[in-house]
Amino acid sequence: MISGAEAVIKSLIEEGVDLIYGYPGGAIMPVYDELFKYQEEINHVLTRHEQGATHAAQGYARVSGKVGVVTATSGPGATNLVTGIADAQIDSTPMVCITGQVASHLLGSDAFQETDIIGISTPVTKWNCQITKASEIPAVIAKAFYIAKSGRPGPVLIDITKDAQFEMMNFKYDKCTNVKSYKPVPELNIDDIKEAAKIINRSKKPMIVWGQGVILGNAEQEFKNFVEKSGIPSAWTILGLSALPTEHSLNMGMVGMHGNYGPNMLTNQCDVLIAIGMRFDDRVTGNLNSYAKQAKIIHLEIDPAEVNKNVEVDVAVLGDVKKTIPLLTDLISKNTHDKWISKFHSFDKIEYKKVIHDDLYPSKQGLTMGEVIKIINKETNGDAIIVTDVGQHQMVACRYAKFNESKSNITSGGLGTMGFALPAALGAKMGAPHREVVAIIGDGGYQMTIQELGTIYQTGAAVKIVVLNNDYLGMVRQWQQLFFDKRYASTEMINPDFVKIAEGYYIDANKVDKRSELKNGVAKMIKSDKPYFLEVCVEKEANVFPMIPSGASVSDIRLD
Amino acid sequence: MDSEKKLFTVSIYTENNIGLLNRISAIFLKRHVNIESLTSSQSEIDNIYRFVVLVTVSEIKIKRIIKQIEKQIEVIAAFYHTDKETIFLETALYKVKSKSLFEKKDIQKIIKNSQANIVTVSPKYFVIEKTGWRNETEDLYNSLEPFGLLQFVRSGRISVTKEAMNISDILKIKKNK
Repeated sequence: MISGAEAVIKSLIEEGVDLIYGYPGGAIMPVYDELFKYQEEINHVLTRHEQGATHAAQGYARVSGKVGVVTATSGPGATNLVTGIADAQIDSTPMVCITGQVASHLLGSDAFQETDIIGISTPVTKWNCQITKASEIPAVIAKAFYIAKSGRPGPVLIDITKDAQFEMMNFKYDKCTNVKSYKPVPELNIDDIKEAAKIINRSKKPMIVWGQGVILGNAEQEFKNFVEKSGIPSAWTILGLSALPTEHSLNMGMVGMHGNYGPNMLTNQCDVLIAIGMRFDDRVTGNLNSYAKQAKIIHLEIDPAEVNKNVEVDVAVLGDVKKTIPLLTDLISKNTHDKWISKFHSFDKIEYKKVIHDDLYPSKQGLTMGEVIKIINKETNGDAIIVTDVGQHQMVACRYAKFNESKSNITSGGLGTMGFALPAALGAKMGAPHREVVAIIGDGGYQMTIQELGTIYQTGAAVKIVVLNNDYLGMVRQWQQLFFDKRYASTEMINPDFVKIAEGYYIDANKVDKRSELKNGVAKMIKSDKPYFLEVCVEKEANVFPMIPSGASVSDIRLD
Repeated sequence: MDSEKKLFTVSIYTENNIGLLNRISAIFLKRHVNIESLTSSQSEIDNIYRFVVLVTVSEIKIKRIIKQIEKQIEVIAAFYHTDKETIFLETALYKVKSKSLFEKKDIQKIIKNSQANIVTVSPKYFVIEKTGWRNETEDLYNSLEPFGLLQFVRSGRISVTKEAMNISDILKIKKNK
C-alpha cells in the first residue's frame, strides 16, 4: 500500500515525467513530501509565482513536444495558474496541472485556501477532474496525459483533495490509450483529399498559410515536401513560425496584423488558399467580409470545431497533417509558380524600401528593435530558440528573427499574455539544454514576471534575456498614437535600474544605449555560458509597420 | 437566412460526469447565449445521459456551438433540431386550493377540456398535471389563475427526434479510432 501522494509521483514517473514546475503550499504538501523522496527521479523547479510555473511548463512543452507538468496548492496557488492554462488552451500546448485541494469533508465550507478551481478552470481546460479518493489517482493521471497530448493538445487540470493524498491505496498503473467518448483525430476522408488536389492542380495563383498544426503534428518534413513539390508560395501565422526555415525560397513571411506586405495583399488575389493547421484568428484575417473572398479555400485541420468557425471553406481535409499532407502531396502535380511568386517579390521590394530598410539599417540616432534582432540573428546564426513576450518587440522579433530549425519560436500567440517570455524561456532552456535560448522582452511584460529571475538564478539555466526598453507599453502607445490622437493614457513607464535588479539576482548584466556598443553587447551575451541579462534602450516612440488596423481588410495593410 | 434567430432544440449525449453541466453551459455563456430550458436524464443506452437544451440563436451560430460541445471530452455527440424535426413536450404542475374544486364548477370543466390530470387531492389542496406544448400549459395556467394558484412549475422541454440519431454507431466509431 502506498499513499495517494506517492501514487501521484509514481504515476508521473510512469508517464516519463522527470521535470515539474511548481510551488508548494498547505493542500499539496503530501505530494511535495513525496517529491522530496523521489528527487532523484523528478526534478522540481520552484518558480517564484505559480503563473511562472505554467509559462515555464509551456516553454518546456513547446520546444520538447513533451507534456509540461505543473503542481500548485489550493486557493491562490490554483487561481494563479489560470492565465497560463488559458494561454496553453488557446495555443494548444500540452500541459498537466495538479493542484491540491482542501480535504473532501471541507469541500464547500469556505475552508482556508479553498477555491472552486474545477469551476474556474472549466472554460480554459481541455479537461479537468477532481479526485477525492486515492484509488482514482492513477487512472485519472493516465487519462489526463492521454488527453493533454492527443489530437489537438491542450491543458488538463487535476484537483486532488488533501485526504486523497494521505489515503493509502494499491498502486497499479495502466497507460490510457482510449476514452470512450473522445476521438482525438477525426476520420480521414480520401475524397476530400482528392477534391483538394484537384483544386490545387487547377490553380494558377495558389497560396499556403500554415500554422502551429504543422509543428504540433511533427509534420515539418511532410510539409516541406508538399511545399516544394507544389511550388506554392507559403506564409505563416505567428505560431507556425520556424516550421519552415526562414531562408527557404518558398517562405514568403508572416500573415496578419503586423505580417508582411506581400502575403497579406496577395491573400486577396490568390485563387486558392490552402490553410494548414491554422485557425483563421482575427489577427490573421482582419475583416472577414473582405478576406480571400475570391479564393477557393482548402483547410487541413485536426479539430472539426475550427472548420467553418471563422471562414467558410470549400474543402475541409480533416485529420492529422502528418497523414493528410503526404496523401495530398501524392495527388498533386509537380509545379512551379514563378510569375505568381514574382508578385510576392515585388511587394517585398516595396516593404523593404518603406519599412524594413529603416528598421534594420536606421539612419536616425535611436536604436531600433529591428537592428537588435538583426544582430542577434548574426550572433546566433539563426540557430537560437527565440522566446518572445507580447507587444511591439514580439512583432518585430517574429518579423526579423531567422530560424533554421522548427520548434524554435516560443511566444504567446492567441492569448497575448504579457509576462510569458521570462518563465517560458527558462522552460525552453530546460527542454532544449544544448540550444541557445534568447528571450526578447519588452520593459512592460518583463516586469510582470520579473521575479522569475530568482528561478533562473537558482536553476542556473543559461537563458539570455534581452529587454528592449522604450519606457513605454509600446504597442498600446502605438495604438494611442494612431487611433486615440496621441492620448498616452497610462502607457509611459518610469522604470527601475534593470541592470541592478539582474545583478541583485547574481545574473551577469549589461546595458546598451548606443549603436556602437550593440554588436559587442550582443556578442558578449551570446558567448556567456551562464544566464545573462542585456538591456537595450531603444527609440521611445517607434511604431511597428506594416499594420492592418483592427477591423480593416488584409489588403488595407498600411506601410506607414 | 442562416443569420436569422430561431428556436433550436439541442440534444447532447454524454457520459455521466460531475462538472459536465458546467462545461456545457460555459459554452453558451462564452457566446452570450441564454439557455431557455435544460433537461438532463438517462438516455436509451446504459450509462449514457442526454441533455436537452433549448436556445434561440442563428443556425450558423448553433452549428458552431454544436461543434464546441462535441469537442468536450465526455460528450459523445450533439445535435440541433427545429421544432418540425422533433416530437417535444413539457410538463406543468398546478397546485390549487381544494375549496375551488368543490365550490367552483368551472374548474372541473377546465380540467376536463384541457385533458389535464388530477395527480393528488387532499383536504387543503389538489395538484393538476398537464403535459403538452407550451401554449397548452400556458392556456391552462391562464384559466386556473383566477381561482388562485398556490404553486406552479413547468419542466424543461423533453424531445425525441423524428430521424434516428444512431448513438450506438457513433460510440462504435469512436472506439475503433
